[in-house]
Amino acid sequence: MSARAPASDEVHVEVVHDHHEAAHGSRRGYITGFVLSVILTAIPFWLVMAEVFADSRVTSIVIMAFAIAQILVHMVYFLHMNARSEGGWTMMALIFTVVLVVIALSGSLWVMYHLNTNMMPMSPGDMRTMP
Amino acid sequence: MNSEHNPIEAYPHWWRLLFGRFTLESLPLHEPIVVVTFAVVALGGLAILGALTRYKLWGPLWRDWLTSVDHKKIGIMYMVLGLVMLLRGFADALLMRSQQAIAHGGAEGFLPPHHYDQIFTAHGVIMIFFVAMPLVTGLMNFVVPLQIGARDVAFPFLNNFSFWMTAGGVVLTMMSLFIGEFAATGWLAYPPLSNIAYSPSTGVDYYIWALQIAGIGTTLSGVNLIATIVKMRAPGMSMMKMPVFTWTSLCTNILIVASFPVLGAVLALLTLDRYVGTNFFTNDLGGNPMMYVNLIWIWGHPEVYILVLPAFGIFSEVTSTFSGKRLFGYASMVYATVVITILSYLVWLHHFFTMGSGASVNSFFGITTMIISIPTGAKIFNWLFTMYRGRIRFDLPMMWTVAFMLTFVIGGMTGVLLAVPPADFVLHNSLFLVAHFHNVIIGGVLFGLFAGIYYWWPKAFGFRLDPFWGKVSFWCWVSGFWVAFMPLYILGLMGVTRRMSSFADTSLQPFFVIAALGALLIACGIAAMIVQFAVSILRRDQLADLTGDPWGGRTLEWATSSPPPAYNFAFTPMVHDGDAWWDMKHRGYERPLQGFKAIHMPKNTGAGVIIAGIATVFGVAMVWYVWWLAAISFAGAVAATIIHTFNYDRDYYIPADEVVRTEDERTRLLARAVANAPAPAQA
Amino acid sequence: MAQSHTAAADDGALHFYVTDDEHGHAEGGTMLGFWLYLMSDCLIFAILFATYGVLGRNYAAGPSGADLFDLKLVAVNTSMLLFSSITYGFAMLEMDKGDQRMTQRWLAVTGAFGLAFVGLELYEFAHLIHEGATPQRSAFLSSFFTLVGTHGLHVTFGLIWLVTLMVQVHQRGLIEANRRRLMCLSMFWHFLDVIWIGVFTFVYLMGSLK
Repeated sequence: MSARAPASDEVHVEVVHDHHEAAHGSRRGYITGFVLSVILTAIPFWLVMAEVFADSRVTSIVIMAFAIAQILVHMVYFLHMNARSEGGWTMMALIFTVVLVVIALSGSLWVMYHLNTNMMPMSPGDMRTMP
Repeated sequence: MNSEHNPIEAYPHWWRLLFGRFTLESLPLHEPIVVVTFAVVALGGLAILGALTRYKLWGPLWRDWLTSVDHKKIGIMYMVLGLVMLLRGFADALLMRSQQAIAHGGAEGFLPPHHYDQIFTAHGVIMIFFVAMPLVTGLMNFVVPLQIGARDVAFPFLNNFSFWMTAGGVVLTMMSLFIGEFAATGWLAYPPLSNIAYSPSTGVDYYIWALQIAGIGTTLSGVNLIATIVKMRAPGMSMMKMPVFTWTSLCTNILIVASFPVLGAVLALLTLDRYVGTNFFTNDLGGNPMMYVNLIWIWGHPEVYILVLPAFGIFSEVTSTFSGKRLFGYASMVYATVVITILSYLVWLHHFFTMGSGASVNSFFGITTMIISIPTGAKIFNWLFTMYRGRIRFDLPMMWTVAFMLTFVIGGMTGVLLAVPPADFVLHNSLFLVAHFHNVIIGGVLFGLFAGIYYWWPKAFGFRLDPFWGKVSFWCWVSGFWVAFMPLYILGLMGVTRRMSSFADTSLQPFFVIAALGALLIACGIAAMIVQFAVSILRRDQLADLTGDPWGGRTLEWATSSPPPAYNFAFTPMVHDGDAWWDMKHRGYERPLQGFKAIHMPKNTGAGVIIAGIATVFGVAMVWYVWWLAAISFAGAVAATIIHTFNYDRDYYIPADEVVRTEDERTRLLARAVANAPAPAQA
Repeated sequence: MAQSHTAAADDGALHFYVTDDEHGHAEGGTMLGFWLYLMSDCLIFAILFATYGVLGRNYAAGPSGADLFDLKLVAVNTSMLLFSSITYGFAMLEMDKGDQRMTQRWLAVTGAFGLAFVGLELYEFAHLIHEGATPQRSAFLSSFFTLVGTHGLHVTFGLIWLVTLMVQVHQRGLIEANRRRLMCLSMFWHFLDVIWIGVFTFVYLMGSLK
């Protein structure tokens, strides 16, 4: 968290300023975003449907990269994220959220993978053959 | 209710269509304790309703309180809710302590196991969700806008709505006492026990819907307070000039917004398992109950810090005010708070070290848990150094703060002990754990809330609390706490597990008897506190605070009158330094006496009560499988929300002459204060 | 803090309060508040994704994603959402110009695409359930239906909101309050698009891999 945010009278001024100078992009911005999204959507679909790579792990990694790229495109061109809006607080909230999402996702996968590894055999069939 | 035979089979089809699975057997008429409780509650309720009618208070109650969007009134309503529920939660504690003191060596005590299980579940749920959370939220609601020099929160209607959603959760929980039953699963309702196969009755459903409804309110109030703190600070109050309580509130609300959705999602998955028959947490068809445990603690650990961070903020304010000094290490306090906020998301697995993760996972989470104690320790030193060479006044808030420091340090150390995975394998699920978390939650959160209540009470009501009864309550509480929980540490080290309704080994009994005596001492503390409230209200003229600044305060809430006017500040303060009010007092601030203007304020609305009320009805309908009512109430809640959005007329102006009248009255009070006591409490 | 003695205002005198007072009412907080709500919603989805990630391969001897998913349908569905995103963008541009009629039209087009999306999703669900791939069949299907269904539910609420706003714009025009609401819905709508990127990548595409 930054040590010094602008005092709130400045924030207030900025909000007014936001309203007029359209916090929501231009026609060109939207079209750029749209075209990029179409491309970034079409390629992964094609990669999977046409089975371009033999190794599905390669495909996974590539389409994940495309997903991240497309999320960024949406953030910039559709959601108009930047470091300035609302005094930087939206960006800060987004970064914090992304960090938490990564923690929750990767943490859960790691933890649950571990738990499964160390599980006792639990199916009825396994239990019958237990000593 | 016995879950093995199902009385609903005996009812006709139309009954089931109309009332779902509700039967007359759902009323626990065979349990004398519950019947007596119900009689007492019903009589008390009737008395209150009668009094409201007799003194024609329904109108004012509705207009001035229930529909109010004033953050101060909502804050007070949260506090009332929390304190009332404290009585309920503590009654559960007394039942458990006395049961465990009696039931040894074949004696079964007075609580059958199924009832006992519901009591410890209800105790946990109520104390966390409906005592600690409302008290914390209430204090933040009341204090934060005043501390930052604002006139209300960012979304006043949402604030009212959030409160009523919390109240809706309370209604559901309390209802389960008298109609049907509450969960008998422990306060986090782990599956597979909480799945429909093993808990077919209403208990877990009450639990789910109570928490879900209250959780929506909590999340929204978190959004609200973050936006308030970020957007509505007085001019000049940069982040590093914010009062520490505001800082900790900001971090707490960030934690709320970032963790309560997790709780909501997890409970929704459990709901689907119970209602739709999905297989998230079941034992078959690929479900995995351990996933629930994993997910719910992703919420559960931040929750601990949601509760304790505001308490840390309160201690910071109190220590600095009553030591007559600027807080030592303000910046380090802020950084410690922020670090705790982030680290609290990296420790959740320490709640289930024993579930079967390997060494690498357990050591990672063990180490992060130990690390999080470092910023907490830094805070303790900051408070100590603030007190060092200060002119300490041992008023009640300061007494609670000192009691906190002594108590919490022990709780913190047993926590670090439990953070060591091998030690946790021995102590997990034992009374040592129970003693530990009561040590930090009572010693940290509750003592902090009491310090906060004593500290800000004069601000809220215009008179101080009676110190004599306060001291009686203080000593009963603190000694009671130690007597009640030290035996549990010993028992835990001896290997006694938690959640047992009877014990075979009679040699344990003395410890449980001592613990029960401790609980009785705490009961005296609570009684003394109630007496104190009553005595203080009767003696309010002698205890009156005319200055608005009874403690020689340092932050902006003390700049206005006690109680503050609806608009908080006639003119928005301008901040030049941390401890803004202290700075103003010392640099020749003079209260403006003229030039008042009309003030723009939000309008009260009944929409919050109505929407939350419908949501509560929806919860009840879902618990009892009354599908027609569930459908209607769900549609009704959506419709009521939409209708509310058509109301564009949401604000009004307090006319200038009313502001003038209010401010003149304050001028008179201040003059009287100078006449009465020439030196207000100042260092 | 050391700078406490240098805080005097420029004109030499210290001002401790603001006399011309329009500070204190929080209309400026709405966008931030709504963004914070979206972030909390994002965490709900994170949990659903995590659940899918953990349970998504537990087929319990039932059908897998590769058996069930019709990627062509998903591609059409994705395009519906993408189109609705750009048309919402156009609505916002018309709103900036103050053209109420065009704004309403683009909103209606957006709504139509959204409706098509929900319709296609319902069709897909009905088809799956008809084939016996019900949410109860396996943990994989439970988490699939919940994740995709939660997104669909969000779109549905977005549609209800859209209609409400169109009525309100019709009644009161593009007044400040309505503009603010349209901007909030815009964020909501584009946010759902972002979530959908995760859904089609992690659930459909990766689920269809052998």
